[in-house]
Amino acid sequence: MADDTAATTTTAADTLEVASDDRREALLAVFSEHLGDAVLDSHLKVGQALWIRVATAAWGEAALVARNEAGLEWFDFLSAIDWLPSPYGRYEDSSVDVPFPPPMPERSSAVPGYAGGDSRLQVLASVARPGTDLRVLLKVDVPDDDPRVPTWIRAYSGAAWHERETHEMFGIGFDGNADLRHIYLPSEFEGHPLRKEFPLLARVVKPWPGIVDVEPMPGEDPDDDDDATVAEGSET
Amino acid sequence: MTLTEAQQLGYINAQAADGRINVELETDDGMVLNMGPQHPATHGTLRLVARLDGEQVTSADVMCGYMHRGYEKLCEVRSYPQVTTLVNRIDWLGSFANEVPFILAAEQLMEVEAPPRAMWIRTILFELSRIANVSLFIGDLALQLGAQTPAFYAFRDREFVLNQIESVTGGRFHPNFDRIGGLKDDLPKGWIAETKAAMVRLRAFCDEMEGLVYGNEIFQTRTRGVGIIPAKVAQSYGLSGANLRGSGVDWDLRRDANVGLAYDQLDWKVWTHPDGDSYSRCWVRLQEVREATKIVDQLCDGLPGGGIMAKVPRIIKVPEGEAYVATENPLGAMGYYVVSKGDTGPFRVKIRSASFNNISVASWLLRGVYVPDIITILASLYFILGDIDR
Repeated sequence: MADDTAATTTTAADTLEVASDDRREALLAVFSEHLGDAVLDSHLKVGQALWIRVATAAWGEAALVARNEAGLEWFDFLSAIDWLPSPYGRYEDSSVDVPFPPPMPERSSAVPGYAGGDSRLQVLASVARPGTDLRVLLKVDVPDDDPRVPTWIRAYSGAAWHERETHEMFGIGFDGNADLRHIYLPSEFEGHPLRKEFPLLARVVKPWPGIVDVEPMPGEDPDDDDDATVAEGSET
Repeated sequence: MTLTEAQQLGYINAQAADGRINVELETDDGMVLNMGPQHPATHGTLRLVARLDGEQVTSADVMCGYMHRGYEKLCEVRSYPQVTTLVNRIDWLGSFANEVPFILAAEQLMEVEAPPRAMWIRTILFELSRIANVSLFIGDLALQLGAQTPAFYAFRDREFVLNQIESVTGGRFHPNFDRIGGLKDDLPKGWIAETKAAMVRLRAFCDEMEGLVYGNEIFQTRTRGVGIIPAKVAQSYGLSGANLRGSGVDWDLRRDANVGLAYDQLDWKVWTHPDGDSYSRCWVRLQEVREATKIVDQLCDGLPGGGIMAKVPRIIKVPEGEAYVATENPLGAMGYYVVSKGDTGPFRVKIRSASFNNISVASWLLRGVYVPDIITILASLYFILGDIDR
């Protein structure tokens, strides 16, 4: 990671090593004060953003703290991240037949993203304080066996549509949100398209040209897949 | 199996709520009025299913997704330079502005900084996108209220802006011009003078519209005091852009959370309106077009020299990390949450588009209004379907 000097990861209990972003540290302190142990981890990029990971049970409470205590009254978005590496790769080398369905990869626990986490799915939400550049990105682990987290609609009305979208795209339930109809896809649609195991069907039926199209540049090693696959799209 | 009449009605109601039927129905609860997906007043494929009691809306349900293209999934199989081609098509009236936050997020992760000249030209094109986008809104607004002429004026004068965008980027609607580390090309010869002339023209357009549309008595009667959004509600739904500033919230990401663009070196003003009704939203937009022409003038005058491209590797690999960058796009706050795993393409991209939040307030806002006001309220919220559905 390239931000060794600019950022530092701490737990809520520790004191921050880089003390040059008082306003965001004050925000973190508000969350720690009201949520206590439920603030599991945090990550601060000085001058840019603050990530906070909270316990699953305290997710609804975290929204109320954000709105009422921390003054983050503006709801930005709510979505999720699937940390499973895609079993299809990036479809770039699909001149070789990929077995379908492909073997499922293990989620690599080595790189859990900012503010940590150990579940496959994470819900991510962003709230901000109007009139400022203060923003908090809140994360919560979604239990692998029962993908449900509490809803945010009691704190932010705008979360209703975002939860519908997250529900259809990732299959995550939101306890307390009764209206989780599909928002984009037909109501009969099966599967959760933004999960990594969901194939991008256009690429399955017709492989991306990828390396087959691109002739190696003079002096370039034609066996170097990395170079060849992106030669077309890269800019200098 | 025969259904009782009540069961049939329940079935029809359930289907209407599901958006699958396309007719107007009399039921015990009143009437179900379906607008769209191709109703002229919904500019695009938005669909509205409203339940009426006489002329009054008792509940309204917004159906979207007719244009869902799955950009977030597609981004995962593209390389970083290829993503700008996709995101151009989100808000297609101000397409250059869609590229900027994504490129800024990628630059933030790579710790690359574009040279000052590139940042200034980005800002110029960003504001030109805003002018092209919102000037068309003003014409379209009048069209939805039954006035034909302003729409033609808007299309005519927007052309001057599109010509300027085209002569730099080569594309009228999908420039695909922004690059990680800078821009594809520098400005062509004579462009500055032409742009300043176009800005004079656009200011005249704003003055004309202010008298012709905003000063019109019918327009005022139909928009003033209609569709009021209090500031608390606007924030809770995450409205942004003129919809938020029209509710009196003094917040503009260009001024308050500027990410490297040239706004902090200019003299300009953020417009707000305290009323929160349809009129104030439209009024704020008009002022923003005029302000944007002044911003472009200042940018043209102060354009720094130097290169337009920072040194970036030929094959772009973005280091591992996460970044979220939001900018004040023509429609409101637009942001990209980019998760990188050190690959040539993003691992996950969350696209936060302004219209999705802006239109989500419609169900709340339309409750209790009269049918003709649906048109003005939806027009004043101003959404682009591509920006809702992505």
